[in-house]
Amino acid sequence: MRTADDTLSVQLRKRFAQGFELHVEFAIPPGITILFGPSGAGKTTLLNCIAGLDAPDSGRLTAGRRVFVDKAQGVNLAIRARRVGYVFQDLALFHHLTIDKNIHYGLAGLDDNEKRRRAGAILESFRIPNIHTRKPAEISGGERQRVALARALVTDPCVLLLDEPLAALDAATKSKIIDDLRTWNQAHSIPILYVTHSREEVFALGERVLVMENGRIIAQGTPHQVMSAPRLETVAQLAGFENIFNARVVAAHPGRGTMTCQIENSALELETPLVRAEVGSALRVGIRAGDILLATTAPVGLSARNVLPGRILSLVQRDVIAVARIDCGVEVEVHLTLAARDSLHLQPGGEVWLVVKTHSCHLMAT
Amino acid sequence: MGEFESPLWEDLSFTYIGSRQVKELNSIDWQAFALTIRLAAVVAVILLTVGIPIAYWLSFSRWRWKFLAEALVALPIVLPPTVLGFYVLIALGPRSPVGRWWQTLTGHTLAFTFEGLVIGSIIYSLPFAVQPFAASFASVDKKLVAASATLGASRLRTFFRVILPLSISGLVTGVALSFAHTMGEFGVVLMVGGNIPGVTRTVSIDIYDKVQAFNFAAANATALLLLLISFVVLSAVYAWNRRMMWLCK
Repeated sequence: MRTADDTLSVQLRKRFAQGFELHVEFAIPPGITILFGPSGAGKTTLLNCIAGLDAPDSGRLTAGRRVFVDKAQGVNLAIRARRVGYVFQDLALFHHLTIDKNIHYGLAGLDDNEKRRRAGAILESFRIPNIHTRKPAEISGGERQRVALARALVTDPCVLLLDEPLAALDAATKSKIIDDLRTWNQAHSIPILYVTHSREEVFALGERVLVMENGRIIAQGTPHQVMSAPRLETVAQLAGFENIFNARVVAAHPGRGTMTCQIENSALELETPLVRAEVGSALRVGIRAGDILLATTAPVGLSARNVLPGRILSLVQRDVIAVARIDCGVEVEVHLTLAARDSLHLQPGGEVWLVVKTHSCHLMAT
Repeated sequence: MGEFESPLWEDLSFTYIGSRQVKELNSIDWQAFALTIRLAAVVAVILLTVGIPIAYWLSFSRWRWKFLAEALVALPIVLPPTVLGFYVLIALGPRSPVGRWWQTLTGHTLAFTFEGLVIGSIIYSLPFAVQPFAASFASVDKKLVAASATLGASRLRTFFRVILPLSISGLVTGVALSFAHTMGEFGVVLMVGGNIPGVTRTVSIDIYDKVQAFNFAAANATALLLLLISFVVLSAVYAWNRRMMWLCK
């Protein structure tokens, strides 16, 4: 079903007076692609350019064979002719119209029977109950999100843009709506660009992810490729690496598939995966706080190559995890379950050993 | 002075009832009232139709010289009505192109006619309609306008289906203010219309006439009625707007 013909291809540049520049080039096939990045990265501006609410200074924008923008040819298709479904962060439902009229809004020009048929189908796909004559203020938050999706999708768009539409919902409601959206898209197969700044959503929703920072796409791939093994520190911070150290390659061990890196300003050495880097070159090591094991006695007989003695500086509870800061030559953040904290009788000042697998050390360019 | 004071105070006191009150009601020039209300209604309806496109343009245009147009629309608020009336009189007179065109069309000049009065009043009350219209158009959430466009609506459809319904309170305010403002105009009417009973003699001219003739009792009754009408119109609008705000919450 999926063909290159349905791909959304974006290549554009837009400069703003304050010095910010949006400069992106990517193509997304049908399916859900996550657009991930911090606030101010330019995510919404990018969506606005695709929808036609903002005009790029230069570039080309196509959806399948349809050309939305081609600055070189002087093409700039009107918003209403693009057939781009756009669900805004605050949904932008017409609060003076009933749910029925909101959903029928994009169907002007069709006869009443066809309107009813299409609206009926979409209401069923998104499991919208019998609330047709109510106004948006009179229905629940989850229902409003469903209505906003239905209003955009009933027009049969060729691209769907979602600007953090589910940010305000609880996880269960959110995943039900996403499941319905996925099911809908199995039949329609259009590119969906889903903006979020929550890394949980990246793993939960996306088949592909684009990471955006400062107006540029800085990484793309599957969520696992991009988020679990980031090659750039900015991505790593976004992806949730609590520990990032400057380091230098001390020795390479091609026979073992590893190399030894020394953490800057300390005697601490870590065994990391082997990458193509000269001995003596600088790089960064990222370690997730949740990937580190703690032991209260020196552990033996482990496959993990890094066992580092240290002392607990502080231990605080954050939600359902215990956050320990440990001095082992450098300060390292470790996340434990509350149960682990209690059974090990961990206390600030206590002696511990940190256990870090080689492959939990992610290397990044500086 | 002393001999004017006693009738004025006597006539302004509201303690007496009976035959004198009936006499005062009889002294009201109902023809002037009918004319004034007709004038205010015609002007309000015309301003509703003319004011909407002007207000739309003022709210959404990105023209760099737009501020000049905004100043021009607001001018009648600060100008003395006599200045405005004077230029309208000149513009409607037989020496101006507009006046000449009207004269060849109808055989008489616009000055000192009801139509002339309507034209003068439209200009005079324009900001009272356009400014509330423009303010309410501009306060419609831009996201709704954007959503309408992405759903395939033209600008005209977006205007009639989204912007206009969400601006009802601004429209009502503008129409009511221009109605009430036209009801109470004096300077422009005096300059453009003169004082022809049934044609251009409005209530405010009538009051002025009665005071000039020392007929304070009749002036008082007329003025009081005008004051009441204006107050009722304005309080109805404010009450309605308040209700709308509750409904939209």
